[in-house]
Amino acid sequence: MPSSPAVLEMRGITKQFQGVRALAGVDFRLLPGEVHALMGQNGAGKSTLVKVLTGVHRADAGRLLLDGQDIAPQSPLDAQRLGIRTVYQEVNLCTNLSVAENIFLGSAGTSNFAIRWRDMRRKAAALLAELNVHIDVGAPLSRYPLAVQQMVAIARALTAQHERTGRAGTRLLILDEPTSSLTEDEVEMLFSVMRRLKAQGIAILFITHFLDQAFAISDRFTVLRNGALVGEYPVAQLSTMELIVKMVGKEIAAAGPGRAARAAASEPAAPPFLEARGLSKRGSVTGIDLAVQPGKAVAIAGLLGSGRTETVRLLFGIDHADRGSLMIEGKPVRFGSPLEAIRRGLGFCPEDRKAEGILGELSLRENIIIALQCRRGIFHSLSRARQDEIARSYIELLGIKAHDADVPIATLSGGNQQKALLARWLATDPRMLILDEPTRGIDVGAKVEIMAQVMGLCDNGMAVVYSSSEMTEVLDYADRVVVMRDRAKVGELDAAGADEQQVFQLIAGG
Amino acid sequence: MAAAYLRRLTTRDGFWPIAVLVLLLGYNLIADPGFFAISVKDGHLYGSLIDILNRASPLMIIAMGLTLVIATRGIDISVGAVVAISGAVAAAMIGGELVLSGGTGMADVTRYPLVIVLPCALGVATLCGMWNGALVSWFGLQPIVATLILLGTGRGVAQLITSGQIVTIYYSPYYVIGNGFLLGVPFSLFIAAAVAAVLALLTRRTALGLFIQAIGINPVASRLAGIRARGITFAVYAVCGLCAGIAGLIVSSNVKSADGNNAGLLFELDAILAVVLGGTSLAGGRFSLIGSILGALIIQTLTTTIYAVGVAPEVTLVVKGLVVFVVSILQSERIKALIGAAKRSV
Repeated sequence: MPSSPAVLEMRGITKQFQGVRALAGVDFRLLPGEVHALMGQNGAGKSTLVKVLTGVHRADAGRLLLDGQDIAPQSPLDAQRLGIRTVYQEVNLCTNLSVAENIFLGSAGTSNFAIRWRDMRRKAAALLAELNVHIDVGAPLSRYPLAVQQMVAIARALTAQHERTGRAGTRLLILDEPTSSLTEDEVEMLFSVMRRLKAQGIAILFITHFLDQAFAISDRFTVLRNGALVGEYPVAQLSTMELIVKMVGKEIAAAGPGRAARAAASEPAAPPFLEARGLSKRGSVTGIDLAVQPGKAVAIAGLLGSGRTETVRLLFGIDHADRGSLMIEGKPVRFGSPLEAIRRGLGFCPEDRKAEGILGELSLRENIIIALQCRRGIFHSLSRARQDEIARSYIELLGIKAHDADVPIATLSGGNQQKALLARWLATDPRMLILDEPTRGIDVGAKVEIMAQVMGLCDNGMAVVYSSSEMTEVLDYADRVVVMRDRAKVGELDAAGADEQQVFQLIAGG
Repeated sequence: MAAAYLRRLTTRDGFWPIAVLVLLLGYNLIADPGFFAISVKDGHLYGSLIDILNRASPLMIIAMGLTLVIATRGIDISVGAVVAISGAVAAAMIGGELVLSGGTGMADVTRYPLVIVLPCALGVATLCGMWNGALVSWFGLQPIVATLILLGTGRGVAQLITSGQIVTIYYSPYYVIGNGFLLGVPFSLFIAAAVAAVLALLTRRTALGLFIQAIGINPVASRLAGIRARGITFAVYAVCGLCAGIAGLIVSSNVKSADGNNAGLLFELDAILAVVLGGTSLAGGRFSLIGSILGALIIQTLTTTIYAVGVAPEVTLVVKGLVVFVVSILQSERIKALIGAAKRSV
């Protein structure tokens, strides 16, 4: 097809993990100066393919050719030396180090013998300025929001490009879910950077769950399904629907009308299960009023950094409010710890699954039963048989894909981990579920399944509070929408009558 | 068939500690055919094996307590000091006076009865553990720093208790703890078995074991799942202090004296080694009490072997280090993967 020779060719890549085939003879080509989106559901093999390319895993069979030369990266560092640079989904940076240090970590020296701090800072600032990020590069990374950290990670990936130290410059940039925590402006910023890199002839491998973004920036798609190659397509040849069909392998129904529109809006208002009045915490959020009735879903909408996460943390007793009050069924409560909230029937799925949700080395079974075990108390331990039974029933109910219930949860894909976290709370039979960005970094299919489960329980009388930065998700599932801006509540809407425009107007302060 | 079985066996947890222990014992058998001989004297069992078990019991007890601490991603380097404190309290309360009785020998004299002495000594040891636990869980100090404080001051405290003297104990009922026999078996083994039984029950019959692992793997996620991480961390350090206290009683009873300066010296290192040899990672999470017992036995067998073989004292530590090196290496993920790969290709 295209005349220019491929930067990268992967031929017949096969990889097995403990007898489970993750990749079966996958071919993949990347041309210079193109943005190539790797598409597929969770567990399709995208991550594995990338990890083979970046030297994290070694393929059982198949060839890797970079500029026509066989390569066999033995480690991520090895791949980096070959000019393969990666920005991972979960930002892997040292948040306690400064921005500049993070960018140059590992490639440190501006001289061979010592780090020239001032030089390093100047270079870091210049690099970030090119990405349109203007921050104090001497400050610790933890001071900045996730989106900025993402930009720093990209700047870091590009350092080889700027160093000209004799090492190969960046030939190939892999962006693994770079946009999952970015606002629309920031996504646009990232896209402009991607276009600039593309113009310099760098090939970009782009992985995303946002279909519209994949269409907006990519030149070609490669679609994987169940570890096998479905095909390679120029973007112009596919419609969104066709792409989805290729990814999931079957026709899925177009999303129906929003939940609020379907529900009988005229139900008499029940007394709220949980009510917050003027909840505030110094240095965090101020004046949060919020009420959730049983069987209702409240969405907290707002941009990144608007205080959504801070708000739900106050509700669950992770952080403690210094003003305002919280009531459950009309009675004032003060949660000293999450356990107290759990005992009152609350459950909470955190935004950062890896850092705050899963217990990586524990088994799927243990991850599912742990909240129930905590609720019962340390001396009322669940028998192994009972644990197996609970785990089995939720694995089946939520369609969690795992070899068995005793595999470490860290080995599961993101969507399956999120389902396991949901199972953890469902097992406690909660009266209210709090979900912070429940669909961050998981694929379309899992997204729909998870929200369908939650909403099914909501229909049966469970109260739901969830935060989301995706407007369609906010309007599709919620009964009411609480809108936040700059760490304060700026408005509340009835989801039935609202459209995206109204929500955006509130967010924008209009 | 056999190869596959061997592969599964060698990658199983606990295989290498057992294998090394068997090897060490086997070597002893070759070097000294009478090594396994167990004889009965005065109704007591005697023999090298019994001796190893007896001598290893304080280390086993400490290692078990430390295992729980390490599983929470912590460490307690003050256990040796707590051994000294516990022995000092017991010795001081018994009193170091030799009273001769009618020329036939000493008379059993104590200032307080054992039912008061023992709980006091163990209580003080538990308080030491609680101090560590409070520093780690409430004040958020790093475990190694928090327990370093007691490591440094503990021996001073022990010497204060004994007024800077080595207190000799002249009270034979106390000797039973570290020197006595019950049903022909050293009494200290019963103590170690009891500690093992209680800890096994606590960690397996209740959810404590699961919670400890969860805290070690991810403290933040554990708290969000509803685990009282602070309380459990505190309790685990207290238990570790108690275990060190029990070991302190055995040690002081065994040598019939309390030496604030030297009792339990460098025990913390042997205990950490025992835990690591047993397969519990210092990174926290999964732990094995049995593994730590095996680890303690390896260390004691090694020490006994070295003395029995007549290795020059100068190189004792080197030999010990070598064995520890081999076991640790065999248990590293990297070597496990290499062994697996090598066998697959064969």
